[in-house]
Amino acid sequence: MTAKQANQGATTVINGSDTAWLMTATVLVLLMTLPALALFYGGLVQAKNILSVLVQCCAVACVASVLWFVCGYSLTYSGNGAWLGDLSAVFLQNGNRTMLHAGTNIPESVFVMFQMTFAVITPALIIGAYVERIRFSAVLWISALWLLIVYVPVAHWVWGGGWLAKAGVIDFAGGIVVHVTAGVSALVIAWTLKPRVDFPKSVRPPHAPWMVMVGASLLWVGWFGFNAGSALAANADAGMAMLTTHLSAATATLVWMAIEWMSFGKPSLVGAVTGTIAGLATITPAAGNVGPLGAVVLGAAASLVCYGAVHVVKRVMVVDDALDVLGVHGVGGALGTLALPFLAGLGVGGAALHHPVGTQFLVQAEGVVAVAVWSAVATFVITKVTGMIVGLRVDRDHEIQGLDFSSHGETGYHSGR
Amino acid sequence: MKLIVAIIQPHRLDAVREALTAIGVEGMTVSEVRGYGRQKGHTEIYRGAEYTIAFLPKLKLEVALPSARVEDAVAAITKAARTGKIGDGKIFTLDLESVLRVRTGEIGESAL
Repeated sequence: MTAKQANQGATTVINGSDTAWLMTATVLVLLMTLPALALFYGGLVQAKNILSVLVQCCAVACVASVLWFVCGYSLTYSGNGAWLGDLSAVFLQNGNRTMLHAGTNIPESVFVMFQMTFAVITPALIIGAYVERIRFSAVLWISALWLLIVYVPVAHWVWGGGWLAKAGVIDFAGGIVVHVTAGVSALVIAWTLKPRVDFPKSVRPPHAPWMVMVGASLLWVGWFGFNAGSALAANADAGMAMLTTHLSAATATLVWMAIEWMSFGKPSLVGAVTGTIAGLATITPAAGNVGPLGAVVLGAAASLVCYGAVHVVKRVMVVDDALDVLGVHGVGGALGTLALPFLAGLGVGGAALHHPVGTQFLVQAEGVVAVAVWSAVATFVITKVTGMIVGLRVDRDHEIQGLDFSSHGETGYHSGR
Repeated sequence: MKLIVAIIQPHRLDAVREALTAIGVEGMTVSEVRGYGRQKGHTEIYRGAEYTIAFLPKLKLEVALPSARVEDAVAAITKAARTGKIGDGKIFTLDLESVLRVRTGEIGESAL
């Protein structure tokens, strides 16, 4: 993202290799939401709510896509405002077919589409907080308002040339923009919405751990597009980002497995793939700056810290962030953002920071704290407003019956026949 | 005639079927059921949190037999289904009022 300012003004032409890679990466990032995240979350809920999670993922993806076209992209990536972009690209009327995206060698259309897939997955991540009890209309309202009020400004601050970009914050692929925003907002929504009727005493376990694994594995593959695509070129940065992403995920999976094995005597599948996601979220901001050694260290730290965070949210704070969006995504994204200044120089393969290590850490911390505070405050207001417009929760009876039938008139599983 | 209804551990099914076949039992019906007795369920751990599973998966085996053969069959099921651990199941024996073979219309013991 930072090459943008440096290269602005230089004459560039559309480069076939870069364009081909970014189009591929775009496909991979969309796959992360549809169907990867849908399956990951779908397997974690009860059988009576599987379809509601899949519908929510589909709907949020489409709402975010259309809003990105209307004004989301423009307010994120146009203009030089410190706080928000301008309206010069509303309805994507800012350039013709052959227009190049400034600072890259790819067409504007590909850049818009690549970034759209990030705008799609970020509100979809929050679904994990409110599953099994939210009203479907509230999902649509919250997602739409959240995209424009939280995601768009924050993405502008960090990636669109806003105040955090000017301060030199490093967030290669979205530790702050995607994971801190989604994680903190998830906690606020879960807290505002109140817990599921059975929480915490007798919540049912995941109905299909195999589906959780399929979803997590597809997320892992899609994450190569997310992180290596964020180099915005088919180059050495993209290659190293792919390598560090994979090593962090593999290490985190093993460490989470080891923690469970030592704590409970058995390593579980759900635990292992939760470690995978923690490792992926944690490497996301750092994928462009650490080398292989730093990635392994970050992966190990991811599972140790996120495992603890899940426990703190569920058992200490007793907030029903049902599928651990804050514990795994939010904390992972913040951890990677804060740790990257110290790990960039570990071994070979890393990339230079914008400031000396100490200063860089302070800038990173400023970014995490400012974005967390904005996400929390704005999401609280969005949730309250949505509650006044359409109501937040389904009736207790509907919740017990399951959202599949009560909200969507369908049933996920029919026995026999 | 009697109907034997046996609740067993799912992993003992093959052994029970072999034992019944060995004493000449020709047919049986199996269903997947859930339940608990003194075992009172178990706990599973996901992401470090314990979940109580009250109803455990079991198999329900139904066998209809002439009264004279019930003792042997119950003994065979007991021997094959027992692991000695809590949760091995129960065997109920019920009087069977009538039996009808759908294909031929035969009634009574000849329909078994």
